[in-house]
Amino acid sequence: MQTIRKWVQAVWVFLINGFWGFPITGNLYQGPLKVICSPGLNCYSCPASTTYCPIGTLQQLLLSVRFSLETGKYYLGLFVLGTMGMLGVSFGRFICGWACPFGLFQELLYKIPSKKYSIPPSLNLLKYVFFILFVIVLPLVFVDQFGLGKPWFCKYICPAGTLEAGIPMVLLVPDLRSTLGVLYVNKISILIGFVLWSVFASRPFCRTTCPLGAFYAIFNRISLIKLVLDKDACTNCKACHKVCPVEIRFNETQGSGECINCMKCMTDACNFEAIHVSVAGYRLTKAGRKRLIDSQ
Amino acid sequence: MKGKLRKTPLVLFGFFLLLWLIGLSLGEPTRVLEQAKSICLQCIGIG
Repeated sequence: MQTIRKWVQAVWVFLINGFWGFPITGNLYQGPLKVICSPGLNCYSCPASTTYCPIGTLQQLLLSVRFSLETGKYYLGLFVLGTMGMLGVSFGRFICGWACPFGLFQELLYKIPSKKYSIPPSLNLLKYVFFILFVIVLPLVFVDQFGLGKPWFCKYICPAGTLEAGIPMVLLVPDLRSTLGVLYVNKISILIGFVLWSVFASRPFCRTTCPLGAFYAIFNRISLIKLVLDKDACTNCKACHKVCPVEIRFNETQGSGECINCMKCMTDACNFEAIHVSVAGYRLTKAGRKRLIDSQ
Repeated sequence: MKGKLRKTPLVLFGFFLLLWLIGLSLGEPTRVLEQAKSICLQCIGIG
């Protein structure tokens, strides 16, 4: 299952970054596909990107709400929020585990042999702060004389944007190099920080900082497709605790917002078929082995 | 397959679909496309 997941992740990377004409055009993709939302965090300023980033675009719409209202337009970000909501309600954080390019990047870094460290659970709450403050409140509140705000998360934090767009665009467009300054150094430093952290800890950005992960996490407990525990089949052997890449105890915290639904616990750990995939309440896999044995 | 249909995600899906449709009727996709077609210099750490 984990091999399939890696392939699915790779397919998503190339689906949402499918424009390979950029070395010739010297510019990013500008076709109609860019009205489609990337399910994972993927900068739309990446030269290969064929879709828009929900977090980047939501900020762009929110930072210009006052300006657009003053000019008689009603761009409130509902199109983007509606798309994000439909994705979140349908898949929850399955998207993080299966369709996010930056998630895959961190997973590959974690494969580098080194001593591994855990991440304190209290840091997991930070990503909600980033979502509320940097994606919603600050772009809405701090505006200039024209009524325009800033994309705070993209501008000051997002390491995915630096990796996918900042570095490639500077290499691709030589004129941009003369404009680099403190802001770029800050973003490169954040990227380097997360790259190093990803070698020693599993998916640190997803767990502590990603605002899109925070948004999807809200729906993890109720999403249409989710992992469910069969309590009758669970023997509390704790095998699921040992394999979890985000260090949750699945059988104790079912529906946790931290679970990226990678299914490692289901396919690589549980010997009692106590964990299964449920779609709108209907389980897709067979009943737990322990319960079957008990009933005989 | 066995189980009981969970209605909460379906109701929420309907709610977000409504938001999406309102955004669509307000012409937001044009703005999204306009935005996504251009390089956001601020977003990549320039400017």
